[in-house]
Amino acid sequence: MAQVAVPETLEVAPARPTTRKGSGTGDTIFAFLCRASAALVLVLLGAIIVELFLGGLPAFRAFGAAFISSTDWDPVQEIYGAGVPIYGTILTAILALLLAVPVAFGIAFFLTELAPEWMRGPVGTAIELLAAVPSIIFGMWGFFVIVPVMASTIQPAIIDTVGELPLIGSLFQGPPFGTGLFTAALILAIMVLPFIAATMRDVFLQVPGVYKESAYGLGSTRWEVMRKVVLPYTRVSVVGGIMLGLGRALGETMAVTFVIGNANRITPSLFGPGNTIASIVALEFGESGAGSLKLSALLALGFLLFVISFAVLALSRWLLRSRLKG
Amino acid sequence: MSATTSPTPVSSIPGRAKDRATSEALGRSRARADAIVRVLCTGATVLGLFFLASILLTLLIRGAGGISLSVFTEVTRPPGSHGGLLNPIIGSLIQVFLATIVGTPIGMLVGTYLAEYAGESRFGQLVRFVSDVLLSAPSILIGLFVYQILVLPFGGFSGWAGIVALAIIVIPVVVRTTEDMLRLIPNTLREAVIGLGAPKWKMIVLVCWRAAVSGIITGILLAVARVAGETAPLLFTSLGNLNWSLNLSQPMSSLPITIYSYAGSPYEDWITLAWTGALIITLGVLGLNVLARSVLRARK
Repeated sequence: MAQVAVPETLEVAPARPTTRKGSGTGDTIFAFLCRASAALVLVLLGAIIVELFLGGLPAFRAFGAAFISSTDWDPVQEIYGAGVPIYGTILTAILALLLAVPVAFGIAFFLTELAPEWMRGPVGTAIELLAAVPSIIFGMWGFFVIVPVMASTIQPAIIDTVGELPLIGSLFQGPPFGTGLFTAALILAIMVLPFIAATMRDVFLQVPGVYKESAYGLGSTRWEVMRKVVLPYTRVSVVGGIMLGLGRALGETMAVTFVIGNANRITPSLFGPGNTIASIVALEFGESGAGSLKLSALLALGFLLFVISFAVLALSRWLLRSRLKG
Repeated sequence: MSATTSPTPVSSIPGRAKDRATSEALGRSRARADAIVRVLCTGATVLGLFFLASILLTLLIRGAGGISLSVFTEVTRPPGSHGGLLNPIIGSLIQVFLATIVGTPIGMLVGTYLAEYAGESRFGQLVRFVSDVLLSAPSILIGLFVYQILVLPFGGFSGWAGIVALAIIVIPVVVRTTEDMLRLIPNTLREAVIGLGAPKWKMIVLVCWRAAVSGIITGILLAVARVAGETAPLLFTSLGNLNWSLNLSQPMSSLPITIYSYAGSPYEDWITLAWTGALIITLGVLGLNVLARSVLRARK
C-alpha cells in the first residue's frame, strides 16, 4: 500500500490535475455501484410487496374485503377466506411469546448478572447456536420427539387438571392428538427464545455500570437492581426485542407445518388442529395450479402476512433504534 | 427519675424493637425474593440448554446410524432400494455456493454505502431500515416473490430461481456485518490514506475492506449457514428433483427439501435418510457458526 501511495504523492505536485481526473472517475463509478446496490434493496422490498399484491389481486377481487374475515376454505367450490390462517398465525405467535418471554428474560438475567464470568461466553454461545438450527430441524424434532410426549403425557395431564376449570377449561379440552395449535406455539416459543434472550442480554449490558453499582451500594439485591434499575432503563429496547421475536414467530414456516395439524377450521380448544398463513401456503401450494384462484388466494395470504410482519418488524426496529440514539 | 439516668438499651425500646423486627423480616423477604428469582433464572437457562442438547442428541441418535459411504455416493432412490443423498447434497452445495457468489458483492456494496457514504442522510436511514426488515422477513415470502417473477413467467421451477431466492436472503446478512465492521475502523486510518492522496474508492477497497476482512468473512459464513438450512423459499423455486440433475434450468434437488419430503413419508428407510440429512445439515450449519465466531475472535 505504502509503496503505491508514496510515488504517486511525490509525482503529484506538478501533475495533479490528471491524477485527480483519473481517481475522480474511479470514485464516481464506485460511489455509483454502492448507491445502485443500496437502491436495489429498496426496489427489492417494493417489488416483493407489489408482486404479492398483484398475485393475490384475483382473490381480493373475487371475495372483496370479506376475504380477510371469512373462515371458509373450500377448494372444491373455489371459496377461500383468510380467517382461519390469520387466527392461527396470531394465536400461535402470541402464545409463543407468552411462553418464551419469561424464559428469555431469565436467560438474559442469568447471563448478565448471575452467571460466573467464565460461564457467560460458552452459555451465551450455546443459546445463540439454538437460533442457528434450521427451521426444518425444529419441525422434525417437534414432530418425532415433542408430539409423542405431548400426546402421551402433557396434554392428558393438562386436560385432566386445567381442562376441568370453569372459564378457561374449554381452551384445554378435546382429544390429545399431540399436534395442534398449542404444540405449534411451544415449538415457536423455543425457536424465538434465543432471539429474544440475545437482544435482552445485549440491552442489559448497555446499562451504565455506575447505576447498578450505586444501587448495590445502597444494599439492593440483584433482583432489585434488575427490577428497579436495569428494566426501567431498558424498557423500550426490551419491548423492541420482544417484537422482533413476534416478527419471527409470525412468519415461521417449516417447523409449524410439521406440528400444527393442518385443519382449515377454528377449534375452540388450543389442542385442536389449525393452520397459520405460512403453513397453509407451504402445504397447499403444491396442489394449486398456475393461474388458479387457489394460487391467487395463497399469494393474497402471503401479502397479508407481509403486511402484518412488516408492521411488527418496523415497530421493533423503531423501538430498538431509539436505544442507540438515546 | 432514676430511670432516666440509666440509659435504656436500644432493643428494649418497644417501638425500635418492632422496627428492627420488621426490617429484618423485610430483609428476609427481599432476600427470599432474590433467591427465588435466581433459581428461576438459572432454571430458564438450563431449560434453554436442555432444548439445544435434546435436538442435538435426537439428531445423533436417529441420524448417526444412517451415516455410511452410500449416503454420499448414491443418489435418491425409491423407498426400499437403499438410495443415498448425493444429488440433494450436490444440489444444495451448488445453490448455496452460487447464491453466496451473487448475494455477497451486492451486500458488501450496500454495507459500504451505509458505512462510508450514507452518513445520516434520509436515503441511508431508509436503506438501513429496509435491509433490517429484509433480514427478519419471513423467508417463505421471498420464495413466493421469486415464484412470481421467475418461475411463472419462465415456465417452470429451476435451480436458478432457487439461487435467486437464496441470494435475496444472503444480501441483508452481509449488509449488516459489513456496515458494522466498517464502522469499527477508526477514522484516523481513513484520514491517513486520503492524506496520502489516494482516491476514496481505493481507500475503501484497499484499506477499509482489508481491515474489515475478518468481519466480512464472518458475515459471509453466517449467510451461508443461514441459507443452507432454508427450506420454505426452495419449495416455490427449485422445488426438488428425485433424479440426478446438474441442469440449473431444471428443478433442482436440495437437502432441506429432501428432508422435508422424506420426513413426511411413511417409509422407514426414507425417514432414516431424512434424519441422516438433518444431522449433516445441522452439523454443517452449527460448524459454520462456530467458525464464524472464531474468525471474528481471532481478529479481536
